[in-house]
Amino acid sequence: MAEPLVWLILLPLAWATGAFLVPARGAWLALGGTAAQLWLAFQLAAKVGAGDTATHAVGGWGAPLGIDLTADGLTALLLILTQFVALPLFVYARAYFAEKSPAFWPLAGFLLAGMNALFLSADLFNIYVTLELVGLAAVGLVAMGGGAQQLAAALRYLFATLVGSGLYLLGVALIYGVYGTVAIETLTPLVAADTPRAVWFAAGLMLVGLMIKTALFPFHYWLPPAPGGAPAPVSALLSALVVKASFYLILRLWLGPFAPLVDVVAWLPALLGSAAIFWGSWRAIRAVRLKALVAWSTVAQLGYLFLIFPLLGSDQLALHAGGMQLVAHGLAKAAMFAAVGVLIQVTGRDTVADVAGVAARLPVTLFAFALAGVTLMGLPPSGGFLAKWLLIEAALVRGRWDMVVVILAGGLLAAVYVFRVLRQAFLLPPSGERRRVERRPVAMLEWTAFALAAASVLVGLRGMEIVRLLGAGA
Amino acid sequence: MTMLTSGLIFACTGVVLFAMGVAGVVLLDHLLRRILAFNLMGSGAFLVLIGLAQRAGASDPVPQAMVLTGIVVAVAATALALALARRLFALTGGYGLPQSDAKDGDG
Amino acid sequence: MTANEWLPLAVIASSLVPGLAIFALPERRVVLRTALNLLGALAKIVLVATLLAGVAAGEDYAFRYAVLPGIDLAFKVDALALLFVTLSAVLWLFTTLYAIGYLENAPHRSRFFGFFSLCVTATMGIAMAANLFTFFIFYELLTLATFPLVVHRGTPQAMKGGTIYLAYTLIGGTLLLAGIVWLNNLAGHAEFAHGGVLAALSDAPVWQLQAIFLLLIAGVGVKAAIVPLHGWLPRAMVAPAPVSALLHAVAVVKAGAFGIVRIVYEVYGIEFAQSLDLLAPLAVLAAVTIVWGSFRALFQDDLKRRLAFSTVSQVSYIVLGVALFGPIGTVGGLVHLVHQGIMKITLFFCAGNYAETLGIHKVSEMNGAGRRMPLTTLAFSIGALGMMGAPLTAGAISKAWLSDGAAAAGMDWAIWVLWTSSLLNAAYFLPILWRAWFRPAPLAWPEEQIPARGWRETAWLLLLPPLVTAFMILAAGMFAESPGSPLEWAKLIAMREYRQGATLP
Repeated sequence: MAEPLVWLILLPLAWATGAFLVPARGAWLALGGTAAQLWLAFQLAAKVGAGDTATHAVGGWGAPLGIDLTADGLTALLLILTQFVALPLFVYARAYFAEKSPAFWPLAGFLLAGMNALFLSADLFNIYVTLELVGLAAVGLVAMGGGAQQLAAALRYLFATLVGSGLYLLGVALIYGVYGTVAIETLTPLVAADTPRAVWFAAGLMLVGLMIKTALFPFHYWLPPAPGGAPAPVSALLSALVVKASFYLILRLWLGPFAPLVDVVAWLPALLGSAAIFWGSWRAIRAVRLKALVAWSTVAQLGYLFLIFPLLGSDQLALHAGGMQLVAHGLAKAAMFAAVGVLIQVTGRDTVADVAGVAARLPVTLFAFALAGVTLMGLPPSGGFLAKWLLIEAALVRGRWDMVVVILAGGLLAAVYVFRVLRQAFLLPPSGERRRVERRPVAMLEWTAFALAAASVLVGLRGMEIVRLLGAGA
Repeated sequence: MTMLTSGLIFACTGVVLFAMGVAGVVLLDHLLRRILAFNLMGSGAFLVLIGLAQRAGASDPVPQAMVLTGIVVAVAATALALALARRLFALTGGYGLPQSDAKDGDG
Repeated sequence: MTANEWLPLAVIASSLVPGLAIFALPERRVVLRTALNLLGALAKIVLVATLLAGVAAGEDYAFRYAVLPGIDLAFKVDALALLFVTLSAVLWLFTTLYAIGYLENAPHRSRFFGFFSLCVTATMGIAMAANLFTFFIFYELLTLATFPLVVHRGTPQAMKGGTIYLAYTLIGGTLLLAGIVWLNNLAGHAEFAHGGVLAALSDAPVWQLQAIFLLLIAGVGVKAAIVPLHGWLPRAMVAPAPVSALLHAVAVVKAGAFGIVRIVYEVYGIEFAQSLDLLAPLAVLAAVTIVWGSFRALFQDDLKRRLAFSTVSQVSYIVLGVALFGPIGTVGGLVHLVHQGIMKITLFFCAGNYAETLGIHKVSEMNGAGRRMPLTTLAFSIGALGMMGAPLTAGAISKAWLSDGAAAAGMDWAIWVLWTSSLLNAAYFLPILWRAWFRPAPLAWPEEQIPARGWRETAWLLLLPPLVTAFMILAAGMFAESPGSPLEWAKLIAMREYRQGATLP
């Protein structure tokens, strides 16, 4: 296949449609398709890493009139991450749903198509369309359970994501009004040359819209209920991947067209990120239910991503830290939700207290949870550790001691909520009345969670590749 | 002072509509009203897009294509929202979002 | 990859691979698990012996792998690394044997031995780390691998001890990380090298170097249980006896003390550290710890807690030796790293034997234990006498060199500290020996679990390890001057760490 760019979007669309038409074969179509996408993403990374910029003009119409697809190192990294997390999660989902939820596969396919298109799009309006596609598919997934609580969570999420993309669209409209183009590459020099007040307003609208979709504090309100009510594979997709898509856009815009504007407000995302770290961790520490704990941890971990903005600079340290955190958290959070899914399925209960004694019965799952926790705490040799290391280094270079303290304190808070679960698991199982009938764990569920968790730790040994890829084509 | 062109009037109206829509989505309780408010918000954005493109005198086809695409997206979103709302009504008998789990969920 | 590159990796793999394999084994595969354990432990000893021969012949063993630009995962095997590697490898073998005997028929043995192997893996990494980055990786791995061992019993007390252990060590790790990144940022790297690497930075602000030193020492000081960071050690005594042995002699506190040695000698450099006025406060801290630990030990009735406070005190002998500016003190500190290990592990093995065989957990229950368990009590007596610094034991050698070092450095007060501690050691150990040997036994032991059979007062796997380590205490004391002894090896290291070259008696 000559054009990995196009096929990365077409393939998931194709298998999603296939899964819709032939529900019985949905899982296999998804697995085959995603495996092929993963291969394509690696191909693309190799191409970008070798110094070629990968660009494709859809239908032969180039920018500014047509729609361009482009990929640089950051794009390639996120594409790999998305397919790499999705593949084991689909294996997990196949065992988890056991053919009972045919709706999952088409929705997941449209979600992946939307995400891949979003990463590859090079114009602001096209990005709006992909944002909506991602949002609607994700809402569909959240609503899949069909209960009142899931529906309410889905609707809450839907309104949040619609307001977010609405703000983004208004910003795009203003920008088109000023410059007459929405192609990112064309815009960047134009914004640098002249920025009327409307563009400041537009940039503000777009960034706030995207922050809502990324669930940055204080716009995080929709996130904890959404995965909390959804089935485990959906929660994992949402927390590990979907929120990263809008973050990717913020980073793209920040480094690209809005670069001349944002320097003066760089403290704001960092401040909100710090607040997210503390508030998210605190709620995770206090959470009663396992899923809520993991979801609040996502709020906290997303905060780290926003710490990089005041630190971005020519030394690339902060960008590398951000890339590493995206990858590490994506893998770890998927693993953690997958592990929690097994715990809930086996014990039949969903509170942290009910984990007691699990260490003896579900060692693989608990290991998966622990390894994912190692990444979230930023302990070596995980990817999270490298992210933390780079972030501290970037903060030190700029003399931001306050941020060093936030980063280190965040790691300790993460340790509190991770070990809350682990120590409970090591407790002796309660005897007597609590001995209830439990389902036997499905080995496939346990091991896919474990594989994701192990990957989140081992990715720390591939730091050089990630750094190299991030530097490519930028 | 330059006169307000019709395009600019459209754009300003669009911004006002958008703001009203956002306020509606955020503040209202009834699901149907929120969905309507979302549509108001979308229309506002489309109006801005069309209005600003009018300034050059001749109308620009690109924003019109965008608005067309945007309308399709908005219709899809509205349909999904309505489907979810109906289902929720069937389950709970109301068009309000139930309070989420106070222990853990709400921010 | 050459043999000199993969040998350090093989040393790590020799416990990592069996450890991971053991996790995967079902609980009932006792024979296979035991075989894996022992095979790993023996393979490690063979590998370490190869390294010892190589390093003595001047070979360089190093491995390097880039993790981030300018930041490497790097191992090197030098004389100092080997001191710790050898100690841990040898003691691991005996602790494994002991643990196999101790945990016979206990639940969750796969998990236990898996983490046990991971602990030793981490210790090997700490010993062979060639820079602070690598050191930190294994230092944190050690924290994670020991937690499940501390809470192994799963009781609420075990959880409490484990939680306190985690709180201390994770906060310590965080401080250490801050110090390491800061240092990396200031110096561009944090490699270990003889004579230190920071002297080249003499134009950096002194307060920054001092602050980094404080962060680093606080970070490793938690594991080395320096007062006031020692609170976790007595609480972690809820763990099974082999774990206590591991914490006190093979891995955790040793890792902390070893970290201090590396930081003072190979990051700052002893002379540069002295010029920054860092050594005197460290010496005072060590002295306070030595006296305070011994003092607290006096009042513990729980045998293992008494031993724990004794560890707090004894580990700081090492720190004191490091902080005494001068090669003689260095030798004293380094040799005590080994001597404290074999003495303390003997004591913990014996404490475990009393608890497992007779149900004795308290000093007040020790009456007459010597007649029921003469061999164990003999080993315990040798260990205790060694701790007091009695002649012919390893402890005497440590104390002699430390005192001479203090005198040579002109810190006469340190000699008084050592004497005070020896007196306190006698005060808390001699009553135990007195009760065990000379007081009549009670009519019934608290909980006799293993009956005596002939000369075997308890299971032979429990008896053998303390006897061997007790023999080592005597051997290290009596043959201290012969080649290959810990003392000779410590002298070799000390000669290399002083840049002007050192003369030793």
